[in-house]
Amino acid sequence: MADPFVVETVDLRKRYGDVEALRGLNLRVPAGSIFGFLGRNGAGKTTAMKILLGMTRPTGGHARVFGLTAGSSGEGVDIRRRAAFVSEDKSLYDSMDVGTMVRFTASFFPRWRADLERQYLRLFELPPHATVKSLSRGMRTRLALLLALCRGAELLLLDEPTSGLDPAATEHVLQALVAHVAEEATTVFFSSHQIADVDQIADHVAIIERGRTAISGALDDLRRDYRRIQLVFDEAAPEATFTAPGISHVRRSGRVLTLLSTAGAEQVVDEARALAPASMDVFPVSLKEIFLETVDAEE
Amino acid sequence: MLLLRPNPSSGVPIYLQLIEQVKHAIDTGALRPGEQLPGIRPLAEELVINPNTVAKAYRELEHDGVIDLRHGAGAFVAPQARAKKLTDRLRAGQATVAAAVERLRARGVTDAEIRRLFEAELAGLTKAGGHRG
Repeated sequence: MADPFVVETVDLRKRYGDVEALRGLNLRVPAGSIFGFLGRNGAGKTTAMKILLGMTRPTGGHARVFGLTAGSSGEGVDIRRRAAFVSEDKSLYDSMDVGTMVRFTASFFPRWRADLERQYLRLFELPPHATVKSLSRGMRTRLALLLALCRGAELLLLDEPTSGLDPAATEHVLQALVAHVAEEATTVFFSSHQIADVDQIADHVAIIERGRTAISGALDDLRRDYRRIQLVFDEAAPEATFTAPGISHVRRSGRVLTLLSTAGAEQVVDEARALAPASMDVFPVSLKEIFLETVDAEE
Repeated sequence: MLLLRPNPSSGVPIYLQLIEQVKHAIDTGALRPGEQLPGIRPLAEELVINPNTVAKAYRELEHDGVIDLRHGAGAFVAPQARAKKLTDRLRAGQATVAAAVERLRARGVTDAEIRRLFEAELAGLTKAGGHRG
């Protein structure tokens, strides 16, 4: 693929009447990645996905998928042909049975992968004669995922794929995604508020907060660069100002001063030493903590 | 079968955890020179982690001379000499660490505190003193 980014949005905006659902979303999804799109409910995740698929038009900025402009009628058709979408409500035809639903969907897609269909029907243990309506939430998710995976799509857009699933069903879904990416040339872009899911399988991540990109990048880089530095003093912690780059939070509480750095600990530690703390500790910061710090900061 | 168990939520990059776990397995003899490691895809599927993460860990291990990636054939623990040198070096280090931990415990320092002391030392926190005795 010539374009290194399968999805790219620049300052993407969407206004519904008085409500600004997106207020400057910047995303770069590398080809072949599993990209976790994190945000709280109502942060704008679903709106962003709908724009990518041409289901709604942006009111500002632009979005490109496979280098094609999302929202242009001609190029949008091409995007929808090459990308598979699984909505949060897993929209399916309730009255059909599983086998019919699969054959019905397959008839729309010339690149349908019958080999994967057989493989996933077996792996997901989907009962071919059960009606879609009778399926449990976990089974419904598996069916929706199967329909998306078998299309031979270059990009999977999954809106909250594991929401409402128990841990075992969640693991099953994550496993299928990991296996699929390992074997096919596919990029996965999935939204979630389940941080553990993103932690486990994503290699790239963006955190969206109130319609804006708060953080984005390779997950390993975030894990490397975020550090919490805790200084304990004999007396009340001093009101210090730090000039080291990347300090995002400074909290004073009694004798304790806590700093969050987004650029490693070294420079902060050098600077903090001048304050002669009684002790100093550096801790790694988990994605969950990064997420909470990010969304709290915006309150 | 080699037991690799990265913890995705620890805040430590998963590929670094895999690297450490593979090196540890070699150090303990669970993996021997010439032995084959699981392929990238099967390992990613087994651990339910991103295949790119496994690939990254294997690339770094190859760069460090710990494993050989043979195109099409898979990943193998590097030949004896190198692995043994690594083992000897680590074994010497382990003895030093064991002695230090033993002394600290004797002084009533808890394991959690010892862990923090090591991490602080590795992060270079103690260079300028600052710690109370």
